[in-house]
Amino acid sequence: MMLQIENLHAQIGENEILRGVNLEVAAGEVHAIMGPNGSGKSTLANVLAGHEAYDITGTVLFEGEDLLALSPEDRAAAGVFLAFQHPVEIPGVGNLYFLRTALNSVRRQRGLGELDVMGFLALARERMKLVEMDESFMSRSVNEDFSGGEKKRNEILQMTVLEPKLAILDETDSGLDIDALRIVAGGVNALRGPDRALVVITHHQRLLDYIVPDQVHVMAGGRIVRSGDKHLALELEAHGYADLGQEVASDRSASVGATP
Amino acid sequence: MTGVSDDVREFVSQQYQYGFSTDLDTDVVPKGLNEDVIRLISAKKHEPDWLLEWRLRAYRYWITLEEPHWQNVHYGPIDYQDIIYYAAPKPKPELASLDEVDPELRTMFDKLGISLAEQERLSGVAVDAIVDSVSVATTFKQKLADVGVIFCSFSEAVQNHPELVRPYLGSVVPYRDNYFATLNSAVFTDGSFCFIPKGVHCPMELSTYFRINAADTGQFERTLIVAEEGADVSYLEGCTAPMRDNNQLHAAVVELVALEGARIKYSTVQNWYPGDAEGRGGIYNFVTKRGKCAGANSRISWTQVETGSAITWKYPGVILQGDNSVGEFYSVALTANHQQADTGTKMIHIGKNTHSTIVSKAISAGHGQNTYRGLVKTLRSAEGARNHTRCDSLLLGSDSGAHTFPYIEVKHPSAQVEHEASTSKISEDQLFYCRQRGISEEDAVSMIVNGFCREVFKELPMEFAVEAQRLLSVSLEGSVG
Repeated sequence: MMLQIENLHAQIGENEILRGVNLEVAAGEVHAIMGPNGSGKSTLANVLAGHEAYDITGTVLFEGEDLLALSPEDRAAAGVFLAFQHPVEIPGVGNLYFLRTALNSVRRQRGLGELDVMGFLALARERMKLVEMDESFMSRSVNEDFSGGEKKRNEILQMTVLEPKLAILDETDSGLDIDALRIVAGGVNALRGPDRALVVITHHQRLLDYIVPDQVHVMAGGRIVRSGDKHLALELEAHGYADLGQEVASDRSASVGATP
Repeated sequence: MTGVSDDVREFVSQQYQYGFSTDLDTDVVPKGLNEDVIRLISAKKHEPDWLLEWRLRAYRYWITLEEPHWQNVHYGPIDYQDIIYYAAPKPKPELASLDEVDPELRTMFDKLGISLAEQERLSGVAVDAIVDSVSVATTFKQKLADVGVIFCSFSEAVQNHPELVRPYLGSVVPYRDNYFATLNSAVFTDGSFCFIPKGVHCPMELSTYFRINAADTGQFERTLIVAEEGADVSYLEGCTAPMRDNNQLHAAVVELVALEGARIKYSTVQNWYPGDAEGRGGIYNFVTKRGKCAGANSRISWTQVETGSAITWKYPGVILQGDNSVGEFYSVALTANHQQADTGTKMIHIGKNTHSTIVSKAISAGHGQNTYRGLVKTLRSAEGARNHTRCDSLLLGSDSGAHTFPYIEVKHPSAQVEHEASTSKISEDQLFYCRQRGISEEDAVSMIVNGFCREVFKELPMEFAVEAQRLLSVSLEGSVG
């Protein structure tokens, strides 16, 4: 099992956001996580990536190792990647420079040699084609003055360059028009393989037309309240979360703004 | 959580890596200052009478002055009678080549990573190495002489080119300018002199490394650069100093003169000993730097990266006298531990259509206090004058401070003066983003800070830009708990 989450709780101060998440993701699988706002989806993504704002209990094993014991950068080196819902801007730091620094940091940690500039450029250019980014992106500062769609494509570019084992996409589709969605999905699908797993957090079923999930989970009130195959997403699309029953309704009242 | 507050604690406790001193055989005059000491300095340097007289006029004026305290910095009283005003390594006779330079000295430069041998091999960089006030080695002199450029120690210039030194000395920073400039005028020991004749583009970057070595030696450098009509020069100044417990006063004066159509680019990387984590020791860097765009269409650019010194107090300015002349000031100032910096620039617009640009990036960490103080003045004659000022401050941790004091005086109605300012912190989100991509917290802080400074770094000559980035990274090293 690539990822095993058992009874995961996370809180900030008195505010408990994750309230016992259980999830297993095997290599080669794509899992979609859906659910209403404030149900803890982004918190789950942040906790897996190592955000330090939370008090955490429970276990998370990544390829059998205790993921929670690792620093964010060590998790990245181990192969965990988070495509952020709101990628930050880093003024004055060139996009290409940032990406090369990141790649060489994880390569060093993984015991691979650093890529020189030429080797890196060749790789970056190839992956940029996947997400249809032109070279002008590379000399701009990281995400600075990028449109919403450009930021999301940049996240996917980083993902395809860093080649993680487990990629978590936090609402990568939100705010994208249909062309951008197709491009982003193309980048994601290029990464799919028997050794890799994807966790896709989304509000919309339409992304799952492009990235077809093996399993769909519904989060509500800090827990996964229902799981199923891809048909569950269609059902949710048709009927909304209200049909999920009393559990969701009561949990929603207990949950609060989950995104730190 | 290990966040920025840990960075700051580690930042504060970081060791100064250039803290060593070299056992050179030093020739010193007794502590203290009086007319006899000035006469002794002048005599040791075999100076002409006019220079001794100038020194004495400065000294007599200086003793009527009181030390200024309007700056936003705090330090204990300086005992000017407890300072040694002259120390020179005893010269070995006839230095025919670098191989004959004092091996101790060579070792010291090696530790600093600027070995002369290496510098000599580096194409395009001439080094006039100053140790404790006296130049000991000069390279590339011949190549410069071939095109008529004079680049030598100030003392040599006084001996060999008095007709070039005398009309310009004090022409931009008069000996009555301010307390520390006046003191410098009285007791300056050495520095660099650079003269680029009409129409000549200096074929290489000129570089000087200053170093304060003997204990308790105030250092009073004096540099004069004159670019004649249409001449062009880029001058690099970089400095490190060994660790000392007692504060050391450094009061330098730099004067630049650009005649019609001339361009002078003056770049500084300053990394003097900043004092320890509790704020003990460190250099007092009270410097007067000013350029005069004397002729039309001339241009003077100051670029500085200030990471060292316990206290930095300097305002490299430009007097924009010639019509259409351009003045620029690009600055990165980093204060950590208990460092204090009060720095900025003065742009004095006199000529018509004169333009000035100011970009200041201040980084404060630990208990560091960073003040930008800038004057933009357009006189009645400065029709069409324009200025754009941008001041950005970056704070690391909650004990540091950033302050901005812009002074704007506009006397001509057509003048346009713009001032932009911002203050920000390195955000947790930025750090998390970098770390999630595999970049360590330490590298991330360094990367974000370097990004913040990029606008200034790109003004530096290539080799200095690399050094400046390295310096910032080194300054931020060990910033993760």
